[in-house]
Amino acid sequence: MRRALAPGLVGAVVVVLVALPLFLTPYPISLVTRILAFGLLVVSVDLLTGVTGLPSLGQIAYFGVGAYTAGMVGVHVTDNLVVQLAAGVALAALFALVTGAFVVRTSGIVFLMVTLAVGELTHRLADGLDAVGGSNGLAGIPPGTVLPGGEPLLIAGFVYWWVLAVFLLGMAVALVVSRSPLGRAMRGVREAEGRLPALGQRTYAVKLAAFVVAGAVAGAAGTAWTAQNRFVSPGDLAFSVSAIALLSVVLGGAGTLWGPLLGAAVVIVVRDELAAYVAGYGELLLGILFVVAVYALPRGIAGSRLRRVPSVRPA
Amino acid sequence: MTALLEVEGLTLRYGAVTAVDDVTLTVAEGSRHALIGPNGAGKSSLFSVLAGATRATAGTVRFGGDDITSSDEVARARAGLVRTYQHSSLFLRLSVLDNVRLAVERRSGRPLRPWPSPRADRRVTAAADDRLAQVGLADRRREPVSSLSHGERRQLEVALVLACEPRLVLFDEPTAGMSAAETTRFLELVEGLPRDITTVVVEHDLDVVFRLADRISVLAAGRLIADGSPEEVRADPAVNEAYLGVADGREALFTDSPEAGRP
Repeated sequence: MRRALAPGLVGAVVVVLVALPLFLTPYPISLVTRILAFGLLVVSVDLLTGVTGLPSLGQIAYFGVGAYTAGMVGVHVTDNLVVQLAAGVALAALFALVTGAFVVRTSGIVFLMVTLAVGELTHRLADGLDAVGGSNGLAGIPPGTVLPGGEPLLIAGFVYWWVLAVFLLGMAVALVVSRSPLGRAMRGVREAEGRLPALGQRTYAVKLAAFVVAGAVAGAAGTAWTAQNRFVSPGDLAFSVSAIALLSVVLGGAGTLWGPLLGAAVVIVVRDELAAYVAGYGELLLGILFVVAVYALPRGIAGSRLRRVPSVRPA
Repeated sequence: MTALLEVEGLTLRYGAVTAVDDVTLTVAEGSRHALIGPNGAGKSSLFSVLAGATRATAGTVRFGGDDITSSDEVARARAGLVRTYQHSSLFLRLSVLDNVRLAVERRSGRPLRPWPSPRADRRVTAAADDRLAQVGLADRRREPVSSLSHGERRQLEVALVLACEPRLVLFDEPTAGMSAAETTRFLELVEGLPRDITTVVVEHDLDVVFRLADRISVLAAGRLIADGSPEEVRADPAVNEAYLGVADGREALFTDSPEAGRP
């Protein structure tokens, strides 16, 4: 079943990711940066959808809170990225706590619809609120600094390293939680929600904790998005982003955390790169990709790799 | 012996249907109590009310002296009143060990701790392994539940329940669908439980009931029609009538030969 990722493989991937700016030109680097920020959003969707069994279309709301908070802090308070990250994560987690208190009372398709509503409401709010730029978006965010009084990050490679750091932090949080007692309880909710109360465990607490963690991770992804683009618009919070985030989870293999990351990479490359060859038909290309994926990889990229022949010898 | 579970005037109605009708019974601490009755007698409904999954229409339930009538499933489980399920309800894609760890963590750990802790996790794992050894599943601990046989899943149900450190276990038709060998194995398991764990078994198989129980309550059409020692119940004409619809059906059901009563 689920096997721990080999530490050696993880280490090698991290080394390659860190070394990437030394080999790639700025354009592909900015593509990978986008994949990492979007990938972290997808990981937060997987924490709910794959690990806890709560299919979500609303993580874009917490991503948005993180992105706008980072932008507002950048414009009005400080260009320090660490402060922007902390503020974005804190507000996103708080927003997840407040909304989650109601949202996690539902499950299944109702949960999907309620999270969709939260995402759309946040989208509309960003669109209508002049303080954050309204439909024009939040512009004029200064390039960020990492150390107080340090040099602003203007080179794509440096921005990439910051986004990579945020990504690794968020991914570490997701992996740590998934290996904790809370993570086990989350998978318990997914597998047999009705059985947990009979063991004395209230599922509401488990689901709310999962929702807040996922919201914080999505918030971190949002601050990384802002750090790269230095511009946030309501379009970044559109329903289509929620949809492709959820579909990335399905494509990559729900519940594995790393599988959906690969799904996110495929989706971004198809949408932003390959779509250029069939101008105007990017969405169609994505649609075809998902139909093919559902037939060819019913358990996602991760699932197709993990299928093992049952062992005959005693365990 | 003192009473652990006291049920008084318990009634459960679904609209016009009365599933449980004014049932009053007492389960003594340490006893091996069985609840039998023909199909549709209200056994499962009564069980569901006792476990807290269904709210009673009327009546009271006291557990260890406390009124738990309005407590929900979670509160009852934490007080030590836990149940097994007729159709195994387990965490299918989790490992056998993780299933038990969920219960152990709830009982004696910090079930919502969002980070691993090597020391606490080792302690929880050791306790879970003890339970698995107790039910004979130690060598299956790494397997996902989905690869276990039906009998093994029932064994795991018992491990889960034991991990809750119960005072009273409600077994809902535990041997249904088991092979003869699995049933024997299961009976040995339940008979081997320490006496500070009281058990109530709902069971169709009367061989199992008469082997296991030291007290039997009989339900028919939602009402309690008999309650006493196995001998008393065996001799009760009302019970024979309820089972067979005739007063002299005794030979067919309650002969002394343990094999004769099987349908």
